[in-house]
Amino acid sequence: MKLEGQIRIPSGCAISAVISKDGNRMNGEKIIESMKPMHDRSNGLGGGFAAYGIYPEHKEQYALHIFFDSISAREECEHLLRKSFEVVKDESIKTRTIPEITDEPIIRRYFVSPLNSVLTALQIDEKEYVVRIVTKINIELKGSYVFSCGKNMGAFKAVGFPEDVGRFYCLDEYEAYSWTAHGRYPTNTPGWWGGAHPFALLDYTIVHNGEISSYDANRRFIEMYGYKCTLQTDTEVITYIADYLLRRQKLTLEEMASVVAAPFWQTIDKKCPEERERLNYLRTVFSSLLVTGPFSIILGFEGGLMALNDRLKLRSMVVGEKDDKVYIASEEAAIRVMEPDAQNIYAPAGGEPVIVKVKEGKF
Amino acid sequence: MKRVYVNEEWCLGCHLCEYNCAFANSGLSDMVKALKDKEIYPRIHVEEDNKIKYAVSCRHCDDPLCVKSCIAGAITKDENGTVKIDTDKCVHCYTCILVCPVGAVSHNENGAAMKCELCLENSCGSPACASGCPNKAIVYEERE
Amino acid sequence: MGIEFIYPEFEVVRNQNRCIGCRVCERQCANEVHTYDADGKVIISDDAKCVNCQRCVSLCPTRAIKIVKSDCRMRENANWADDTIKEIYKQANSGGVLLSSMGNPKPFPVYWDKILINASQVTNPPIDPLREPMETKVFLGKKPDSIERDENGKLINNLSPQLKLELPVMFSAMSYGSISYNAHKSLALAAQQLGIYYNTGEGGLHEDFYVYGENTIVQVASGRFGVHDDYLNAGAAVEIKMGQGAKPGIGGHLPGTKIVGDVSHTRMIPEGSDAISPAPHHDIYSIEDLRQLVYSLKEATQYKKPVIVKVAAVHNIAAIASGIARSGADIIAIDGFRGGTGAAPTRIRDNVGIPIELALAACDQRLREEGIRNQVSLVVGGSIRSASDVVKAIALGADACYVATAALLAMGCHLCRTCQTGKCNWGIATQNPELVKRLNPEIGSQRLVNLMTAWGHEIKELMGGMGINSIETLRGNRLMLRGINLTEKELEILGISHAGE
Repeated sequence: MKLEGQIRIPSGCAISAVISKDGNRMNGEKIIESMKPMHDRSNGLGGGFAAYGIYPEHKEQYALHIFFDSISAREECEHLLRKSFEVVKDESIKTRTIPEITDEPIIRRYFVSPLNSVLTALQIDEKEYVVRIVTKINIELKGSYVFSCGKNMGAFKAVGFPEDVGRFYCLDEYEAYSWTAHGRYPTNTPGWWGGAHPFALLDYTIVHNGEISSYDANRRFIEMYGYKCTLQTDTEVITYIADYLLRRQKLTLEEMASVVAAPFWQTIDKKCPEERERLNYLRTVFSSLLVTGPFSIILGFEGGLMALNDRLKLRSMVVGEKDDKVYIASEEAAIRVMEPDAQNIYAPAGGEPVIVKVKEGKF
Repeated sequence: MKRVYVNEEWCLGCHLCEYNCAFANSGLSDMVKALKDKEIYPRIHVEEDNKIKYAVSCRHCDDPLCVKSCIAGAITKDENGTVKIDTDKCVHCYTCILVCPVGAVSHNENGAAMKCELCLENSCGSPACASGCPNKAIVYEERE
Repeated sequence: MGIEFIYPEFEVVRNQNRCIGCRVCERQCANEVHTYDADGKVIISDDAKCVNCQRCVSLCPTRAIKIVKSDCRMRENANWADDTIKEIYKQANSGGVLLSSMGNPKPFPVYWDKILINASQVTNPPIDPLREPMETKVFLGKKPDSIERDENGKLINNLSPQLKLELPVMFSAMSYGSISYNAHKSLALAAQQLGIYYNTGEGGLHEDFYVYGENTIVQVASGRFGVHDDYLNAGAAVEIKMGQGAKPGIGGHLPGTKIVGDVSHTRMIPEGSDAISPAPHHDIYSIEDLRQLVYSLKEATQYKKPVIVKVAAVHNIAAIASGIARSGADIIAIDGFRGGTGAAPTRIRDNVGIPIELALAACDQRLREEGIRNQVSLVVGGSIRSASDVVKAIALGADACYVATAALLAMGCHLCRTCQTGKCNWGIATQNPELVKRLNPEIGSQRLVNLMTAWGHEIKELMGGMGINSIETLRGNRLMLRGINLTEKELEILGISHAGE
């Protein structure tokens, strides 16, 4: 069978997230627990987590999480890393040996800083530089795959059920102010570690449940702007869309939601003139970044997250809250596991973004 | 009332209205059987010269001269405004043909006066000339 | 008769048992095929004059007439086909260039028919267009590379002028002169009702039709017929016609017999003079010249209207499209080799240019590789025959389609391919007032509206099946397409996988 990247892989899924608006850090136990009642939404071919605020001691460096298929792949990649970055720290990512997770690759973590001289010579900012190097590794270096590359955050993923993946990575030992989780139900892959979710680029991570019908329209558009959809998954393309709109076009989260899950024209027509013009503008300029077909996504980023459903709400997603925490999941059961007394549980409307930000200065 | 109106601009002079009329009033269900090798007596006529083509049929006047002039009382205007001829009463005097201001009255193969009665009582149910006109030059509609 | 004789191509078969002698056929045939024989009280037909336009067939009230292909044949020869031999005779008779009308009828591959469309099953849901909104609205024109904000952070509307289409289909260029006043009026009325656009072609815009300006694209071709300031500003967009799919590399020729009355007035040329469009624009011998014309037209229209550049699909089309995209054009229209025409040299029509499917795929891919696809919209024409052709074109990468032949068919054209004679029995490709009046615009426009409404429904059904509820996400979505019976190379150019992959 073909792997991610060789063929397009649609998949159904479970997603879950928790965030503290006060920036209180939580270990990974609850988010792992939250995936258990949604066990049947995954099929054991992929699970993963993203955690924000976990590397405060290295928050100035980009934390690269990398899978290597072999020692030689690792050596080749490390050679490139040392050429491209100052590598501040280099360690293996701690894992637990458990029977549910097997065939693991070499999994390592590198805290790196771009070399100023190189940035000046290339006339690009450091984020763009990191993206280019990561893209280069993932496309050109066979056997190496960077699956997380943001600052003070990290993605952890594997082939297996999500609750097992969480235990495998010892996520109970990490403290994050924001967690997202994903359980995967792919329909035509044997399961590949790199193909599990979340998909991460810089500090953007996406967990996604759905199978978008706009995939190739989105992919072919976004690839014009230097992205390369190597995995051919929805999650990957949605992450690139988020990066393009938020980082490069500098849209706000709300504006991004108005592009990705644009209101119907008939809805736009009913808005007041100013709002109508704004929505018309966004939909027209970025028409190829509209995403159709079922999806519920949680976009994680430094200091917050955004949940969004497709505009017809073809996938389930509920939100609840308690004290400083906001919970989001495919099913209410997952929220109840994390917080039995969660309040104000509701299902956001299709296309209605739910944006939660940690208070300024708290992360 | 709904009447048959003719739009000269779109009349092609194809004369199909005449054949559709004759067929509609033949009482037969097959046009070939109804019209083949027969002289036709349509109730609509295409008037034409080199410049103008125009199909003429009864206007169903509000105050019809034909009704007034009929010496046999064969022509009446019914409650809907349709002007009708009772061929049994017609005495073939053709006064109606003479007085009709638009030349819409003619006679049938038996000599009785005849004119458009809007196909309301034949199998068509509405004017066959209008429904069969290929260019909407003839329409059946209500106008002010 | 004698050596110049060519046996008629068609035979008029009249079922005398059904003929009632109404003489509709006789009155309606501008080619004078039918005559009434008073002695025998029958109608007789001269096959030699018949062009198989089917006007008599359609109007005969008793279905007494049919036209069949003549079975008088030359001795069979796989190399020298019947038509090939007859063309030799015609040229030996006349010494002239063979002329034809409408699109390339040769059996070249129709790629639309070798492409299949996807549908959703299980993993994502199809969407029912009867129950959910299904959006087909499209905006054509240049999109900005980046957003701008004012001092308060509010988005600034930096969009270039756009064309708004309720359906991704427009009526492509057919000049007043090549087609009739009533045909133009039908197109204008229908475009207005449908919320789309029709295109004046190169013959100017009749003053009666300025009222439809919001739904009109005005064309500027190499002959510059009918081009003046009011004309340019009358439409919603200006199209520079560089070429036409049916006859790439040559201009046009409207015979003086059609340059009568209003046609002459509208084209701004004397009555009876031949309207000959040069092969090139004589102010455009290169791409930088095109840029100048694009900006001249933008100046003339105060930068309020998008400029379209229309080219024929030729071998190097991807590079040409890239050049056009960088010339300041807002929209590129590409016309494939099966596109129609009122008259073209047969050899050119049948042998020059490439299929629109391949041209579209190549251009869309090239513009994306250069990162400039969002700077222009792509409109394709050249035999878009149905809603599924439209869907396939959009999925290959088009923003919208141009249709003309299908529009002519809706207005009554029976593709007899003798437009060049000016004796169109359907009132379309003629300037003879008696024939022109055969097309009542009320009927013509309604039939166009019907056709496009029907296509709209079908496009929505096909989209819904794919789980797509907005045409934007179909555009360039080649994953929704699969090829069948195509070679590796063809699949590579089309950028699609084979069925089963």
